[in-house]
Amino acid sequence: MRRNDFALRGLRVVTVKELQDFTGSARMVILTALILITAASSLYTATNTMKTVVSEDEFLLLSLFTLSRNPVPSLLSFLSFLVPLTGIAMGFDVVNSEFQNRTLKRVLSQPIHRDVLLFGKAVGALGAMTVVLLALWMLVIGSAMLVLGLPPSTEQVARALAFYGVTLAFGMFWFLVAMFFSVVFRQQATSALVSLGLWLLLTVFWSMIAQVVATAVGGVGSFQAARLEVLLSRISPNTLFAESALALLSPSTRTLGVVMFTQLEGALMGSPLPFGQSLLLIWPQLSALVALLVLLFTASYVVFQRQEL
Amino acid sequence: MATERQSANVVTLRNLSKIYGNNTVAVDSLSLELRKGEVFGILGPNGAGKTTTIRMMLGLTEPTSGSIDILGMDPLRTPLEVKRNVAYMPDDMGFYEDMSGYENLDYTARFLGLGYDERRSRILAAVSRMRLEHRLSDRVRTYSHGMKRRLALAEVLVKRPAIAILDEPTQGLDPHSTAEFLTLIRSLKKEEGMSVILASHHLDEVQSICDRVGLFHAGRMDLSGTVDELATRLFGGKMEVVVEVGETGNRDVAKILGTIGGVSHILQEKEGVYRVTVDSDIRPGIASALVDSDVALYSMDVHRHTLDAVYQAYYKEVHDAA
Ligand SMILES: Nc1ncnc2c1ncn2[C@@H]1O[C@H](COP(=O)(O)OP(=O)(O)OP(=O)(O)O)[C@@H](O)[C@H]1O
Ligand SMILES: [Mg+2]
Repeated sequence: MRRNDFALRGLRVVTVKELQDFTGSARMVILTALILITAASSLYTATNTMKTVVSEDEFLLLSLFTLSRNPVPSLLSFLSFLVPLTGIAMGFDVVNSEFQNRTLKRVLSQPIHRDVLLFGKAVGALGAMTVVLLALWMLVIGSAMLVLGLPPSTEQVARALAFYGVTLAFGMFWFLVAMFFSVVFRQQATSALVSLGLWLLLTVFWSMIAQVVATAVGGVGSFQAARLEVLLSRISPNTLFAESALALLSPSTRTLGVVMFTQLEGALMGSPLPFGQSLLLIWPQLSALVALLVLLFTASYVVFQRQEL
Repeated sequence: MATERQSANVVTLRNLSKIYGNNTVAVDSLSLELRKGEVFGILGPNGAGKTTTIRMMLGLTEPTSGSIDILGMDPLRTPLEVKRNVAYMPDDMGFYEDMSGYENLDYTARFLGLGYDERRSRILAAVSRMRLEHRLSDRVRTYSHGMKRRLALAEVLVKRPAIAILDEPTQGLDPHSTAEFLTLIRSLKKEEGMSVILASHHLDEVQSICDRVGLFHAGRMDLSGTVDELATRLFGGKMEVVVEVGETGNRDVAKILGTIGGVSHILQEKEGVYRVTVDSDIRPGIASALVDSDVALYSMDVHRHTLDAVYQAYYKEVHDAA
């Protein structure tokens, strides 16, 4: 099928509408409030801990993400939980609600390609998520300045921004998962449940499954088993996110996955890596995450393109 | 000659077929032509393939085989250009319920690439034609069914299309709105030369605005033309004349009528009223025969076949054949 028309025609129209829908929906307002409240509570705890325990921390801004004190978890734990939920909440009905409301036929009889509609929805979601997370990051950086009394180092800001990007990609992963299911299933309840089911599987059960499979294949305690377990666990975007977060937020992280002693030889334990080195460390994780995004969007595209309206 | 005819057509479908994924043959080698400024009605029982045919014209569903030409374009190759010039009102259409009528129309109008002022003036004009201006800023959630249909018709007007394809446009409209809609279609055809394809189950409406009709059956359109042409095909050119006469005394009017050449059947409806089936319009002959026999002739009406009669006869025929 050859196209003689401008392929992305109408993208801006869809994106603007979706952005308005996402940011204006009650669902998003509630989730954003939830994120900001939990973030504020864990930031409060973190700054208090910091004042009493660590007086001279080189990476104070970054430790705001990771510090926790019973019973309040760290901001990072909150994020790894709430960001996927936000993505799913935004995506689970993004296409099938248009089927159900019968708006799709009307919109697609206007001069716009089907895939542009899908793409516009994804871009709109990205925009909405960017805004929500940006608000959160401002809160963190603001708190850091409050505690420190002066702006954090460029190195820290760069790391925080890189983590912002990773979080965004992580959120988009779950949005695209939910969008895919909303293309596949006509019922919104089905797409919501399947998305949440997958989330539960990958978040709670995947590490167990990976362990069981790895020992079954490689034998108990073997090096093979350990490597297989790492490999399997990296299928889950949660692992990719957690590893990236670790490398970015704890600069002393030198290795991810199976640690071999040869790798540690000559390395001073505890001395931080420069930002570029940390990025290099998580390059595979980042690539995998981006590849997953592309894969998910393509899958939605293929299914959507073939559907009868 | 051939090219001239071709260029007068705004829509040409050739041997179009559609087999859905579940092996349903929805449309079966269908050919159809729509001329410029023509209103074409497509009729047929549920599941005959009307909606499927319409969707293929807009590239909303891909044909299994056959060719489509819309204003010289192929909707599979240049879907955007086709959709810019063709407005479509789906049979079951919906709006974004949380947006106002205006916002809904504005959203779809944006795809046409119009500026704010142009969109606004088109929307206001269209909406006032559909008598919805007082509800324009209300959420569509609060509209009645018929108001939503009128909003959808307003959307068609906003596009100012060369061709409008309307799938059961008057379903759910009250009689007043229906009459207005029919007037609107007539005026669009006359003033803007708009061509219209209209699928409907309301035969009287179709008869009143359509220049030609096509009867769909099991994915095919084996019969099309003006209502009179179809009647000729189905009833063999026969027509009925209703004759009303005065006091007949002892004269046998039926017998007198029977002697006239071209009369094939006579039915006395009631005292002084006869329904005469004739091969052609022989009213002058009937008049002179009656006058010659000293019968007072009060009135004589040619009874044209209605689309309803054509429809019933055609599908009875199809049914009997099966
Ligand atoms: N998405 C679909 N998938 C499978 N079959 C379909 C689909 N849409 C329509 N059909 C089938 O195609 C045939 C034609 O349907 P279509 O909707 O074109 O009929 P129609 O003439 O518009 O009927 P109606 O008067 O009820 O609107 C029917 O047998 C229908 O079951
Ligand atoms: Mg139909």
